[in-house]
Amino acid sequence: MREPLISVRDLRVQFHTYAGVVNALNGVSFDLYPGEVFGLVGETGCGKSVTGLALLQLIPPPGEIVGGQILYCGQDLRTLPPAQMRSLRGGKIAMVFQDPAAALNPVFTVGEQMEMVIRQHRRVSRRDARRQAAEMLRAVGMPDPLRILNAYPHELSGGMQQRVMIAIALSSGAEVLVADEPTTALDVTIQAQILDLLVSLKKERGIAILLITHNLGVVAETCDRVGVLYAGSVMEMGPTTAIFREMKHPYTQGLLAAIPHAERRGRFLSAIPGSVPSGLQIPPGCPFHPRCAFAWDECRNEIPSLLPVDEGHWVACHLYGRGRR
Amino acid sequence: MNALLQARQLTKHFSLGGGWWHRRLTVRALEWVDLDIYPGETLGVVGESGCGKTTLGRCLIRLIEPTFGEVFFRGENLLKLDRATLRQRRREFQMVFQNPYLSLDPRMNVLDLVEEPLRAHTDLRGRALADRVTELLERVGLAREHLYRYPHEFSGGQLQRIAIARALALNPVFVVLDEPTSALDVSVQAQILNLLKELQVELGLTYLFISHDLSVVQYISDRIAVMYLGRIVELGTAEQIFSNARHPYTQALLSSTPLPDPQARRSRIILPGDVPSPLNPPPGCSFHPRCFQALPVCATDEPRLIDVGDNHFVACHRVR
Amino acid sequence: MIPFGQAVGEWARERQPLWAEYGLMLRAFRRDWLALVSLSIIIAFIFFAAFAPWLTPYPEQGRGVPNIAERFQPPSRLHPLGTDDLGRDLWARICFGGRTSLSIGFLVVVIAVLIGTPLGAIAGFFGGWVDEVIMRLTDIFLAFPSLLLAIAIAAALGPSFTNAMVAIALTWWPWYTRLVRAQTLSLRERTFIEAARGIGVKEGTIIFRHILPNVMTPVLVQATMDIGSAILTGAAMSFIGLGVQPPTADWGQMVSVGRVYFINAPWFVTFPGLAIFLVSLAFNLLGDSIRDIADPRTRRAVR
Repeated sequence: MREPLISVRDLRVQFHTYAGVVNALNGVSFDLYPGEVFGLVGETGCGKSVTGLALLQLIPPPGEIVGGQILYCGQDLRTLPPAQMRSLRGGKIAMVFQDPAAALNPVFTVGEQMEMVIRQHRRVSRRDARRQAAEMLRAVGMPDPLRILNAYPHELSGGMQQRVMIAIALSSGAEVLVADEPTTALDVTIQAQILDLLVSLKKERGIAILLITHNLGVVAETCDRVGVLYAGSVMEMGPTTAIFREMKHPYTQGLLAAIPHAERRGRFLSAIPGSVPSGLQIPPGCPFHPRCAFAWDECRNEIPSLLPVDEGHWVACHLYGRGRR
Repeated sequence: MNALLQARQLTKHFSLGGGWWHRRLTVRALEWVDLDIYPGETLGVVGESGCGKTTLGRCLIRLIEPTFGEVFFRGENLLKLDRATLRQRRREFQMVFQNPYLSLDPRMNVLDLVEEPLRAHTDLRGRALADRVTELLERVGLAREHLYRYPHEFSGGQLQRIAIARALALNPVFVVLDEPTSALDVSVQAQILNLLKELQVELGLTYLFISHDLSVVQYISDRIAVMYLGRIVELGTAEQIFSNARHPYTQALLSSTPLPDPQARRSRIILPGDVPSPLNPPPGCSFHPRCFQALPVCATDEPRLIDVGDNHFVACHRVR
Repeated sequence: MIPFGQAVGEWARERQPLWAEYGLMLRAFRRDWLALVSLSIIIAFIFFAAFAPWLTPYPEQGRGVPNIAERFQPPSRLHPLGTDDLGRDLWARICFGGRTSLSIGFLVVVIAVLIGTPLGAIAGFFGGWVDEVIMRLTDIFLAFPSLLLAIAIAAALGPSFTNAMVAIALTWWPWYTRLVRAQTLSLRERTFIEAARGIGVKEGTIIFRHILPNVMTPVLVQATMDIGSAILTGAAMSFIGLGVQPPTADWGQMVSVGRVYFINAPWFVTFPGLAIFLVSLAFNLLGDSIRDIADPRTRRAVR
């Protein structure tokens, strides 16, 4: 059995606002193995981005992690001293954001920024750092690395900027890449390029990628395993084919049935009624029960736990509870 | 069948910069677009950022002034109308915007928002006005108790329902839907797409549905126009585009759109490079630098949109 | 049709009515002790001014009747803040002076907002030559130092309470025109304005229904801060004799007379000066707090 690189156990995050306490994550658990793409999907406010930020201990105030563990190489990142966490973040664990333009510093050239990152994590000369930077740019499929090194971020297109972000992550020797909606701001043809790149990084370098996205198509095409989040809880988790072919949870089923595509022309889509609950007032019991067609009393009162239904396929739903499958 | 709306040689150039030191730059957002929209149909417009799809939607209903060309709505040239007449005509064509958080005035409640078009164009006031607003709200799935609430109290899906109620208040015949579901979650997107379909059947509406998402456009449209750098590169029925795409760009777009099916591994066409800037489009066919089937002629001559049979139009030198 | 259950699901969604949003504002305000102190000071001075005749045993002195027998009395039980050069009780004079000073502050700002806001909205919304004319006009007004211009106008109109007020307001409106124009320029590009045009709403209606309500928050903040400055300018005008004429009480005029006797009767200049200082500071701080509270982002954060 492979050892997970990162294990998240019962992670809980809250935000304190004047309007009340927002429960962003209510006990999220999953493992991330080396050389896999694990997808976290969900709708607005389900906590997928918060999960990514929590991995890097970057939850912005007024939010805080109130419970659970994030184990990396046996260490709990929550108890790690800030200095060690800093060197880990951007080192072994790197992050790619939705908006690369905001993540790159506009007043430094791409080369200068990459050198800084490389020299922060390794003792090398500037010249060596620059050579490594050029290599990384080539590795992420940049046609003309030397020109890119001397360019300022605004001179690059969105797709190129995202490649630079990934190159920066690689140059620090990352083992884990947290990619938060990395292609949402990009055009479809550019998205295809970036997704291709992520899959090749996984295959060739054995990097573990946590891909956070709302796009089920992206998940289906790139991820090995998927976790479906809803209102801060994992509803279903399993291999991608199992999730898309033998989905068990009514939410996953509803989500997949709601996707428009050519074959559904002329028919109405089966929409999930209602909308996502706010983190301020998560329904008691199963958070999905007010929108669920199968809900009964148990769903309204008792939070279902994540139980296995098949090899590596877990579901949190009373329909598949003890003795019912 | 007579077209409801006809665009001829529709062109829009935006000027940027200028002044004493800087050269004036011209963004060629829309170049020489010919388009017919027939009553009762949904014409989908799909393309990537900067392809001019949003500009097309706005030029068709004269929300921005085209640089050149003509738009005939029921045979009347909209671009020749004076301001007062245009304002009266606006009750017949409406628009729904991408982001309902931005397209609804945050300081107006639902009643103010939905009665705004009615106040502008009709003599309805008082009780009759409130009754019509309630009727509209109920039609889009909201209720009387929402009348006095403000936009920030609603979810994105509900806001888009309010925006649709506003657009339908005056019984228009033509509605431009500019990415109406792009800001929404999948489950809510399905609700809104269903609502739009119901309303179309019920009220005999004609839609121009603009989106960057090929799956959505394929689902909702009768005919589809594919745009690239301000031009229509392919135009045909949804079936023609989906199963018999002729333009290399359409083929690439189809194969780049991720499908929610992990076993549908296709031979993906991954286009090299980026979409060129509409500030400086390549000569000849604007797609040729990224095209995997380019011929020498593509770099010099601009292909014309020609009928390849059954009203399926393609602008490509490969297709004759 | 939309399934009934679907509609019900949406109602069931947690929502925040408008009063809750105002409640949130109020709660944020209550936590802001500086804003509370400022507001208390302002309310206190308005109270002193409004009920002046009942708050002092010498209302006739407050109105200006001299009492030569008790000139330059230091603060005592009978005269808690002392008396002035004509023997009038300073507490009474400050309470009555508040009536003129505060009215100048409020009225100047109200007139300036009423002139400046519509002009700014029109300039920003229509652009072109309309904008050009209005903005050049504001440039002309702003080219002169405002106090000098106010003095010139007041001198031309003749010294009086009303003329001083009009003179100050005339130097003040261009600031609101500029503020509102800048806001309008960015609002004009917002989608909801485009949406209103698309519906076929008349331009005048767009200005009234969409532009003006959306610029009111920054105008309110600016106006609150300006009341303090307007009181100061009013005091300056009275100080040089172009404002309120004796025997009517006014803080600026009291400072003007009192400074002559600073060595022998320091209380005479100090107390009216303190009143001006406190009120204008309070309005400034209050304006700052309103700005923070009006912004939903700074309002929501708890720490």
